[in-house]
Parts: sequence; C-alpha cells; structure tokens
Amino acid sequence: MADPALGWWGVPLALVGGAIRSSTPFLFVSLGECITEKGGRINLGLEGTLVMGAMSGYAVSFLSGSPWLGVLAAGIVGSLFGILHALICALPRVNDIAVGIALMLFGIGLAFFLGKPFIQPSAPNLPSIDLAWWSAVPQLHAALKVNVLFLVGLLLAPAILWGLRNTRWGLVLRMVGDSADAARAMGYSVNGVRLWATSLGGFLGGIGGSFLSLYYPGSWNERLSSGQGITAVALVIFARWDPMLCFYAALLFGAAGAIGPALQVVGVTSGYYLFNAAPYVLTLLIMIITCSPKRALVGAPGELSVIK
Amino acid sequence: MAMAESREAAEATLVPILALAGALVVFGGFVALRGVDPLALYELMYRGAFGSWFSWQNTLVRAAPLLLTALCTALPAQLGMVVIGGEGAFVIGGLAAAAVALPLRGVPALELQLVMAAAGIVAGGLWIGAVGALRHYRGVNETIASLLMVYIAIAILNHMVEGPLKDPASLNKPSTPPIGAANMIGNMPGTEIHWGLVFGIVACCLAYVLMQHTVFGFSARVIGGNVRAARIVGLPIGRIVLATCFLAGAAPGLAGMIEVAAVQGQANANINAGYGLTGILVSFLARHNPLVIIPVAVLLGGISASGGLLQRRLGLPDATSLVLQGFIFVALLASEALYGRMPLLPRLQRT
Repeated sequence: MADPALGWWGVPLALVGGAIRSSTPFLFVSLGECITEKGGRINLGLEGTLVMGAMSGYAVSFLSGSPWLGVLAAGIVGSLFGILHALICALPRVNDIAVGIALMLFGIGLAFFLGKPFIQPSAPNLPSIDLAWWSAVPQLHAALKVNVLFLVGLLLAPAILWGLRNTRWGLVLRMVGDSADAARAMGYSVNGVRLWATSLGGFLGGIGGSFLSLYYPGSWNERLSSGQGITAVALVIFARWDPMLCFYAALLFGAAGAIGPALQVVGVTSGYYLFNAAPYVLTLLIMIITCSPKRALVGAPGELSVIK
Repeated sequence: MAMAESREAAEATLVPILALAGALVVFGGFVALRGVDPLALYELMYRGAFGSWFSWQNTLVRAAPLLLTALCTALPAQLGMVVIGGEGAFVIGGLAAAAVALPLRGVPALELQLVMAAAGIVAGGLWIGAVGALRHYRGVNETIASLLMVYIAIAILNHMVEGPLKDPASLNKPSTPPIGAANMIGNMPGTEIHWGLVFGIVACCLAYVLMQHTVFGFSARVIGGNVRAARIVGLPIGRIVLATCFLAGAAPGLAGMIEVAAVQGQANANINAGYGLTGILVSFLARHNPLVIIPVAVLLGGISASGGLLQRRLGLPDATSLVLQGFIFVALLASEALYGRMPLLPRLQRT
C-alpha cells in the first residue's frame, strides 16, 4: 500500500479509508445500543455480543461457505444475548449495568471457548465494492474499497431515525424510555418493549462483530475486539441518542483508529501503540467535554441509569 | 427486629451459594453437551484446586492478585459507584514499578521493593482516582470511563515495552529489563506462595475496618446510600469520592507491582492476564464486602488453577474457566431477585 510518490498525502487518504473500513463495527453496535437505550436500558454486554458475533459469524461462514449466512447467524446470536440481558433485567432488584458487565465477561469467555477450533481455518469473507474505478492511484482504490455492510449501515441510520420519529413503534419505544410509568398507564408492557429493543440492539451488535471477523481484519482470533463494543456504547452518549449522529461519530472513531497504521505507512513508527489507543482517548475526551454533573444531557431518555 | 436481621444475614449467605450451585448445574449441562461427564469434571476441578498441597499453593498464588483487584470494585461500590477498571490500574501499577526499578540498580533489595510498591500504589491510585475525579467534577459515567482506561493502560504498556523501556535482550517478547533475581519478592518459608498473598489479605482486612469501623467509611456508606442526605449533613463528598477511588486503584496497582516483583520479574504483556476482570466477579460475588472477598478470591483462584488440569485431562479449551466465571456471574445477578422472597426463612415482621 505504501507508495512514496504520494508522501504525506497518503495520511489523510488512509484516514478516509480507515474511517470507511473500521467504522462499521462502531456503527452497528452504536445503532443497536441507540435503540436499546431509547427504551431506557443500557446494555454494556454489547462488548461480549461483539466478540460472540465475530466468532459465530466466522464459524458459520466457514462451515456453510456463505459469509452472509455468517452475518445472519451473528445477528441471531447477538439477539439471543440481548434477550438474555432483557430477561435478567426484568427480574426485580436487578441492575442493568451489572448484568451488562456479566454478559460482557460471559460472551467473551463463551466465544473463546467455542471459537477455539476456528482460529486456524480461513472462512470466506464478505465482498466489497470498489468506488475508485475511475482512478489509477492504488491508494485511492485501497481507501475507497467499500464493504457492503457499511452501505447497509449507511441506509440503516436514517431509517432508524425516521422509525423512531414517525412510527407507532418508535413512539412507544421512546415513551418507555422516557417514562415507564406513562407507558404502563397507556397499557404497554415496559419489560416487553425493552425485550424487543434489547434483542434488536443485540442483533445489530452481533452483525457489527461479524464484520470484524468476516471483513476487517477478516479472521477470527482472541485478540479481535479490544473495546470497540464499549467505545460504541460511549459513542451513543456522545451522539445524543440520534442515529445519524451515531453514523458521523462512528466515522470519526474509525478515522481515529486508522491514525496509527496511516502514520506507519509514511514512516512514523514511534508511538504506534499510543496512536492505536486514539479511539479510547477520543471517547474519554468527548465524554469529559460533553458531560456535566449539573444537568442531564439533551435528548437523553429519562429512564436511563447511566446519566442519572 | 432481630428476626429481620437474622433473615437478612441468612439471605446474604444463602442466595450467593444458591446462585453458585445453580451456575455449576447449568455449566455441568453445558460441558455435557461437549461429551464431558460433569461429575468427572467437577471431581477433577476439585483435585486441581484443593486436592493436594501442591494444588492449594497454585490456588493461593492465583488468589493473591484477585484479593487486591477485587478491592478496586468493592471500595467504590460503598459509594454506589460501579468501577470495573482494575485491570488498567493493575497494568499501570506493574509498569510503574518496573520503570522505577530501572535507575535504582544496586539499591538494597528491601528498599528497592518499597520504592516499587510505592510507585505501583501511586500510579494505580492516580489511575482510578482520575476516574473518580471525572465522575465527581464532570459527571462522566465511571463504569464506561474505567473500562476505556483499561484499553488506554494496555496501549501505554505496549508502547513502553516496545519503545522507551524495552530491554534490547528481549527479542520474542518485548519486556522491560528484569529487576534481577536478588531483588524479587520471595516465597513464604516452606511454600511456593509469594508474600503477595499476605499483602492481599491484610489489604482486605484494612479495607473492611476502614469501611465498617471509621468515620470515613461511615461517610462513604452514607454517600452510597443517599447522596442528597450526605450533602445535607455537609459531608465532603468530593474528598471522600477521590480518596476512595485512590485507594481502589492503589490496591490493583500494588497487585501489579507484586506481579512484576514476585512472578514475572519484569513488565511485559504477561501482566495483562485478566486478574482485573476476574476481580470484578470476585467483588460482586462477595457482595462488595472486603472480608468476604478473601474466601471468594480463593474459590475463583481455585477455578483458574484447575484450568490447566481440565485442559490436559479432558481436552477442554483454556477458556473453560472464563465460561464458568461467566455462568456464575450471570446466575449471581439473576439471584438478586431472590432477596426477600426466600421460602423457609423466618418471615419479615412488619413493624
């Protein structure tokens, strides 16, 4: 990928490429978490869901030969984890943050346990579309190779925004998230709505995981996810529970994650590991800037425990 | 009142034990699906964890860091905070300890160890103290912030052992230069168990006394119970939050130093071994009570100590103990619903 003729111009180009390439898991997890949190519950377990999705997607793609079946399987496994989270949280006296931590550890452990046989073999990966057919510059091709899941996410974000604003389902979900009492008074089952919201969130989180193992980096191993799930959960807070802002934020985080490799290409190798931590530092900084002890965040669902 | 109190005490013991038993049953079914006889598995686990003096030593060595990393979750829990970043403080504490040892060649072993311990405690304390400060001054969610800082800590560790602090002699596994065999923390006489176990037990006892028998601990528990009440009676909430978080980070920071000075002999990727994550489970299982952490840490140490035996004899992957921990954690949280509903216990008297 390194072409010395392009020099430092390769860095912004690599960042654009990185934003497109590595934003997809952030995007899917944050869209899923956005739906879950709109219902008034936080699911920190999406970090575990991501790893489980990566493992099951890879395993099914390897066994069936179809990466798309893998994506579907990852989504189903993710929604099972979401259902588990919702069912435990529906019990009296149970704290959703603690359940999320438990499911995070459980998902990671289970994925490592079941995924052991799939570390060696190589499974068919997801296809990508080359948006740089008009150019001969290889870096441009590398940067603009767009994976199909990214495009799905691109369509999904405005669709979710529209659904939340304009459909009966969206309204009920937002009501449950803002005031469980009001929803109960209207005759809706709070736990039932949250069950749907969490399992849908888990479905998207699982798909985000399958992207890691089926497209980029494109294989399953135990070091695959390092905090993308938890970063995406924080990203939802930064995006003010708005799916379109989630999309832009995911692009930003993808670009931040590409700083290290991009600088390495132009020969800056010192601090490679520090640059790899850029998404986490960025998340922390954004949380420091946007949070305040005095007021709740604009747009925050009223029932959400993290911002209380 | 006495009835209600004895009922509460009975529940606090019975419910976690029931959860543990339930998790073991479900996990037994899970391994049975893999064609492994659950009874044989548990028999083997018992032997690998507590069956002989050899396995007891292995268990206690693994329990030692858990005692300290569990405090990272247990202490802020008194304030109503959920901190899960013990792994980060562990890594930073270990790295700081290895770093200060570098310029101190030739200093007597005991003094070197004291300086290293101080470095680990201060580095870990500041690491989690920062989480407390963010929570108190900026309203940043401490659970997410502490977990993000785990990944930042690991990145700093990788950067330091690959760059500024790299020992040129460590080729395959980048590490800091070894602190030297003469400077290592030794084992307790007649055992293979290093002194870290004693430090851990002492720390848990001190944490218990601090939280249950001092004004500071009482104030902390008031804040955890009702922040507004604490504010009305004029408690210095900020100072208590910061001090508690500093102590919460100091414990895993010390554990990181012990890992470097008693086990690894240098800082490298090995010190990021998941003790911080297991510590979260230990703290929850002990219901954030520092004294109960001691037996729970031994139990969890035993589960991880038996992992090697399960791998060799039954061909199970090394993640088996992680899965069992996951089952236990999930069962434990679900069992929260049982409080106040246990049959066969004296009924709560209405007053």
